[in-house]
This record gives sequence, structure tokens and C-alpha cells, in this order.
Amino acid sequence: MSARDRDWDGVRLHVVTGKGGTGKTTLSAALALALAAEGGRVLLVEVEGRQGIAQLFDCPPLPYEERRVAVAPGGGDVHALAVDAEAALLEYLEMFYGMRRAGQALTRFGVVDFATTIAPGMRDVLLTGKATEAVRRRVRRDRARRPGGDGREAFVYDAVVLDAPPTGRVARFLNVNAEVAGLAKVGPIRNHADRVMEVMRSPETVVHFVAMLEEMPAQECLDGIAEIRRVGLNVGGVLVNMVRPPLLDPAALADAARGEVDVAALARGLKSAGLEHADRMAGDLGRELVEHARRVRAEGEVRERLATAGRPRYELPYLSDGVDLAGLYRLAEELRAQGAA
Amino acid sequence: MSTPEPAAGRDRAARSPRLDTDALLTDRRTRIIVCCGSGGVGKTTTAAALALRAAELGRDAVVITVDPARRLAQSLGLTELDNTPRLVPLPEPAAPGTADGARPEGGGTLHAMMLDMKRTFDEIVEAHADPARAEQILANPFYQSLSSSFSGTQEYMAMEKLGQLRRSDEWDLIIVDTPPSRSALDFLDAPQRLGRFLDGRLIRFLSAPAKTGGRAFRLLGAGFGVVTGVVSKVVGAQLLKDVQTFVTAFDAVFGGFQERATQTYRLLQAPGTAFLVVAAPESDAIREASYFVERLAEERMPLAGLVLNRTHHSLVPRLSAARGLAAAEALEESGDHPLAASALRLHADRVRVESRELRLRAYFTSTHPAIPVAEVPAQPEDVHDLTGLREIGRALADTGRSAG
Ligand SMILES: Nc1ncnc2c1ncn2[C@@H]1O[C@H](COP(=O)(O)OP(=O)(O)OP(=O)(O)O)[C@@H](O)[C@H]1O
Ligand SMILES: Nc1ncnc2c1ncn2[C@@H]1O[C@H](COP(=O)(O)OP(=O)(O)OP(=O)(O)O)[C@@H](O)[C@H]1O
Ligand SMILES: [Mg+2]
Ligand SMILES: [Mg+2]
Repeated sequence: MSARDRDWDGVRLHVVTGKGGTGKTTLSAALALALAAEGGRVLLVEVEGRQGIAQLFDCPPLPYEERRVAVAPGGGDVHALAVDAEAALLEYLEMFYGMRRAGQALTRFGVVDFATTIAPGMRDVLLTGKATEAVRRRVRRDRARRPGGDGREAFVYDAVVLDAPPTGRVARFLNVNAEVAGLAKVGPIRNHADRVMEVMRSPETVVHFVAMLEEMPAQECLDGIAEIRRVGLNVGGVLVNMVRPPLLDPAALADAARGEVDVAALARGLKSAGLEHADRMAGDLGRELVEHARRVRAEGEVRERLATAGRPRYELPYLSDGVDLAGLYRLAEELRAQGAA
Repeated sequence: MSTPEPAAGRDRAARSPRLDTDALLTDRRTRIIVCCGSGGVGKTTTAAALALRAAELGRDAVVITVDPARRLAQSLGLTELDNTPRLVPLPEPAAPGTADGARPEGGGTLHAMMLDMKRTFDEIVEAHADPARAEQILANPFYQSLSSSFSGTQEYMAMEKLGQLRRSDEWDLIIVDTPPSRSALDFLDAPQRLGRFLDGRLIRFLSAPAKTGGRAFRLLGAGFGVVTGVVSKVVGAQLLKDVQTFVTAFDAVFGGFQERATQTYRLLQAPGTAFLVVAAPESDAIREASYFVERLAEERMPLAGLVLNRTHHSLVPRLSAARGLAAAEALEESGDHPLAASALRLHADRVRVESRELRLRAYFTSTHPAIPVAEVPAQPEDVHDLTGLREIGRALADTGRSAG
């Protein structure tokens, strides 16, 4: 292990949530890369049936099967799995009732769809069940790589990253026990849910929140943190995404936010750069500066509100060329540099 | 990179017809405006801004908002989810017309409400069932989860509320915001999904006497017992029983739920209804908007136009990104004019953003050349009060008026 200061050593399940469209899938992938760096083995799990991971890593749609999708910086593997509730239910029916064939017949007239529709908790148990199973899974004795710290076989994955549903649904999604309480008091589902909860509540699991420096994503982040705490789960860090660097020093920013720009100085600069119509241009560029400064000020206010959550914060840059593979690695490097992995 | 010069992009974009929102709002035949679009693009903001502007142009407008940002809700006087339209005191100086000297028609009012989907559902039940049966339905655990969490309930209830307000005839213009969802199409599909589910084959079989159900399943090659057996194993016998009781009680009250969904739906095709598709200038949102526009045409639902929200423009269009950047670098090298260097860098950024947005807009207008477009520039700060909403309304009106 390196001597770097890492905030989440010991955490093996990283759940990533946040307002829709803030970058949950992108940052889940970047976090998986960062955690796998220098020889790790990490599983990245998606649950919403959108094939977001395949798109990000530019590979064909993922089947219901763990596949290697990327090599991490300095060696290390990221595997990925798109969990599908229907497939997970069939697996489950087979496991507990030995009903594989019957299960397949039932999918034909929509029993599976029906069951997961009238009991959304059922769907969630199946999805989280798959992710937590991967967290607990150990290398089989006959092909053990290296023993784990507790003398038992090593875990197959050093960490699992779960690209979770958005903030509004996440507490319900993770707190499966409460969800299935009304469904089943005893029996296999109950046991299944209990084992999921054991992992969810353990100190090895944290829920990270993706936010942006905008009011609604930030508000959702703070509300979400409060809710996750209320249901007794561990809050991880706040990943502030799409941050743009301010282009002015703080004093000039403060002036500009008040509408004060030294237009004469600006014009002198433009002239010296050989630009025409420097005086008129200075006025207009000055207004662009003022708008920029006001946005930066508003962002600063949001940043302060996010700080009130009292959780570690990481800031990820806005990638102006969009998120491609190179961009993902860059975000992963940022996460490592800031100690998130 | 082959970035078209912004000026060229702007010419191309300008070819689509301009969406004249003021004309839409002042046309007394316009009775319903539905604001749709993918998540986070500005549906709620647009709906509220249009309602305010309509009121200031003399209409008696009501806006149904769904999950508004907290501060925006507060500024509309909506402190709780109470499902009743509240009168919003209009700020002074009113009148969007005063800026260019025109007199407002005056006399308009603005009401606003926040949709409470559960309560809306409860009210339908209470209105249609006798008290004893209503109580039975409301207490059913399956009903409770259906009415508060089924995906599609919110969309369905927004439609219900729209229908109720329209029938009450108290407002001459109703503006509806649509629920946050990833895809704009959900607004059209979700209510049907709920209806289909409640009318679904399986739910009928499960709640029908074993005989009919049994026969149907045998035809499919499995015994009825097997099916109910699996379902109750998976979801629990109690829940299955709740579902059966619910469907029986609900059916007796409503007949076909899907039929009801379809009827509520016709409202959207009625003359006097106008759809506005809201999109942000981002590729996902524009793609969604395209799908939605095509779908509306298929459903014969009248589209008024596209609102492109949160666009960016540079204030010095003549200075290209490349020249701005080169000048910034030259200044940075000399170290003499830090302010100008920053301003030029900032400008280069803005021009790049602007040309990307113009390309996206051009993509939309070239595939949908006949769709009118209005544009709302990104405000430097969030929109959370009436002044901010009025700005948005004015920006919308301005694109309708200006010649490009
Ligand atoms: N740091 C970044 N810089 C630039 N673009 C970004 C960044 N992070 C995410 N994006 C872009 O933002 C969009 C949304 O990102 P992503 O799909 O990861 O969000 P999400 O939260 O998973 O969305 P959803 O709620 O739909 O699942 C994508 O187009 C993505 O490429
Ligand atoms: N033109 C604009 N300039 C600046 N901020 C804007 C603009 N339009 C909307 N916003 C801000 O963007 C955020 C999202 O807007 P809004 O809530 O209207 O979106 P929505 O489409 O209703 O979202 P959802 O899908 O979550 O319901 C709000 O904080 C709002 O203040
Ligand atoms: Mg995602
Ligand atoms: Mg909204």
C-alpha cells in the first residue's frame, strides 16, 4: 500500500448518488478507475438498465455478466456489471426454489415484471442484492490468489462502486429492509434483505453524493445527506462536479461582482494586444467579466452551503470537450490527487 | 476542430420561425399550455414565467407546478403541498408592456399551485366511491404504495389535475409544468403505463375467480396455482391479497382505468391546447426534444414551439475565440495587463460555448425547420423570485419580437 493519505481506506462498497444528470455515472466510473489504480480490482455496477457504463467506456452493451472494461492507471482492473432485475429474479428463483425452467416460462407472461411492479421493494432487493454479493464474494479456495487479512480467502474485488438511483429514490433503494418489511416477515426474501442490510450498514459501505455548484443539485445533495443519515447509513464524500476555475484573482472578482471593472485599464490592455475598437470592446468585455464574477459569487455561496454538510469535498473540473476515455482518466487522477482514492 | 464561426452559425439558426410567446399568451383561444422536456432543463421555471407574464398581459392564469425548487415555491407563496391554487400577489411595477411604452391590458390574475399527487389520487377515489368503499380503498396498503410511488402516478395526476381545473372553468389559461423525469416522453407514456398495469391481463387473472384465470394460464402452459404460487412466494401472500382486494374495489368504482386515462388524455388534443418543448442547449436535451416533437406529431397534439433555455452569448461577437486567446497569451507573456488577459480568456470560453450551442440549435432546426423557436439566455444566477421570472418572460417575448 502506498503512503498516500486516502479518505476511504477500509471502505469496500462505494454507493454514488446525486440529482439526475449531475454526473453520477461519470464519477462512479472515475472513482472505480481511481480505486483500481496501482494493481487493484474493482467492480463497477449499474442498476438502471441504461447501459451508461458501456457508453462511457466505449464498449458493446454489457450482458448480465461481470466483464473487464478498463485498465486502471499504474495497472489494475475495472470490471463492470449491468444488473437487470429480471435476470436477478430468475437467478434468485433458481437459487432458492430450484425453479429455473418454471421461472423462464413465467417471464413469458410477465409474472416477473408484475412482481417487480407491484412490489418495487422486490426489485430493489434484487439489485442491491447483486451488488452486496459482489462485495462479500471471496476467491474460491482452490484458486486463492492471496489470503485476506483475516486469514480467510481474499475478496474477489477490493472495492465495488454502485452507480445508484438519483437522490430522491436512493434512501428507499438502499434501505431495503424497511422496504420489504411489509412484504415478508420471514423466509428467503427476508433473509436476502437482511444480508443486504448487513453490508449496507457496515462501516465498509458509504454513500457519496454528486453535486454541482448550482442551487438545486446542492439542495438535493443536502436533503439526501440528511435522509441517508436518518435511515442509519454512512454518508461518504461530496463530489462537486463540473467546476470551472475562476479566471480572475479574488479582489478583481469581488469588484466585478459589484459591477466595478476598470474599463480604462482593460482598454489599455486590449490596445497593447493590438486589437481594434479597444474602447468599445472594453465596455462589452467588462460586462462579460461582471457576469462571470456574479456567477462565481453565486457558486461560492453554493460551495459554502455544501460545506455545512461537514463531509469531505472533492472538486472535479468541467471538461469542456465532453467526457471521453481520456477525460475519465483525468477525473480519476483528480480523485486520487484529492485523496478520494 | 472545425468550429463554425459564430456569425455563420447564428445566420443558420435564425432561419427557423420565431416562437411568439406573447401572441400565444394573449390569444384568448389558448386555454392550456403544457411545458415538457427532459430533466432539469427549466420546465418549472418556464411554466411559472409564462403564467406570470400571461397574468400581466391580462389573463386569469393558473400554473400547476410539480416539485418546484424550494425558493421558487416560496416566492410564489406556496409553502406547503396543499393542492389548491393560491392567488399570487403581483409585484409592482407590473406590466411587461411598460418597457416599450405599451399599456398593459391589466386586470389579469395569477394563481399557483403545487401538485400533490397522493392527495389528487385520494380525491378521485373520494369523488367516485361511496364513503365506505372509498375508505376501504384508501386504507389498502397496495393503494398507498401505488398512489405515492408508482412511476407514472405523478404524470397521471398532473393530467387529472389539469382536467379538473379545466372543467371548473375558473381560469381562462392553465399552464402545466410536467414532472421531473429523464425523458420528456414519460409525460405521454407514463399515464398509459399506469392504466395498462391496472387493466393488465395478469392483474385481472389474479383477481378473477380461479376458474377464468386458471383456464387462461393453462392455455399458456402453466397451472394457475403455479403462477399465483410464484407470485405470492416472491411478493408475499399478503401483498397479493391486498392487490386483489384493491383491484376489485377499484374496478367497481371506476370501470376501466385505462379508459379513464385515455379520456383525460384527449384534453391534450383539444383545440386551445399548446405544447411547449423546453430544452437546454445540450446534446442529450436536444435529442430528447426531437423525439418529443416527433411523438407529438404522431399523437396529433399541437406543438407551439421549442423554448431553448439557458443559452449563452458573447457580447463581442466580432472577436473570435482564436483571436481572443492569441491576444490573451500575448498579454500574459508581457505580464502587463492581467485584467485584459483574463477578460480575453473568459471571452474565448464564451465564444466556444456559444458556437457549440449554435451548432446544436442548427441541428434541431435543420431536422425540424418548421418548428418555431424562442430562446432564453442563461441568467447569471438562479431564478427564484418573481423578478427573476419576469426577466425570463421578457426574454421569451423578446425573441418573438426581434428580427434575429
Ligand atoms: N466533469 C464533467 N465535465 C463535463 N461534462 C460532464 C462532466 N461530468 C458529467 N458530464 C456530462 O454530463 C452529462 C450527465 O452525466 P452522467 O450521465 O454521468 O450523469 P448522471 O447523474 O449519471 O445522469 P442520470 O441521472 O441521467 O443517470 C453527460 O453528458 C456527461 O458526459
Ligand atoms: N434561464 C435560466 N437562467 C438561469 N437559471 C435557470 C434558467 N432556467 C432555469 N434555471 C435554473 O435551473 C434550475 C432548474 O430549473 P427548473 O426547476 O425550472 O427545471 P425543470 O425542468 O423543472 O427540472 P425538473 O426536471 O427537475 O423538474 C433551477 O435552479 C432554475 O432556477
Ligand atoms: Mg447515470
Ligand atoms: Mg420541474
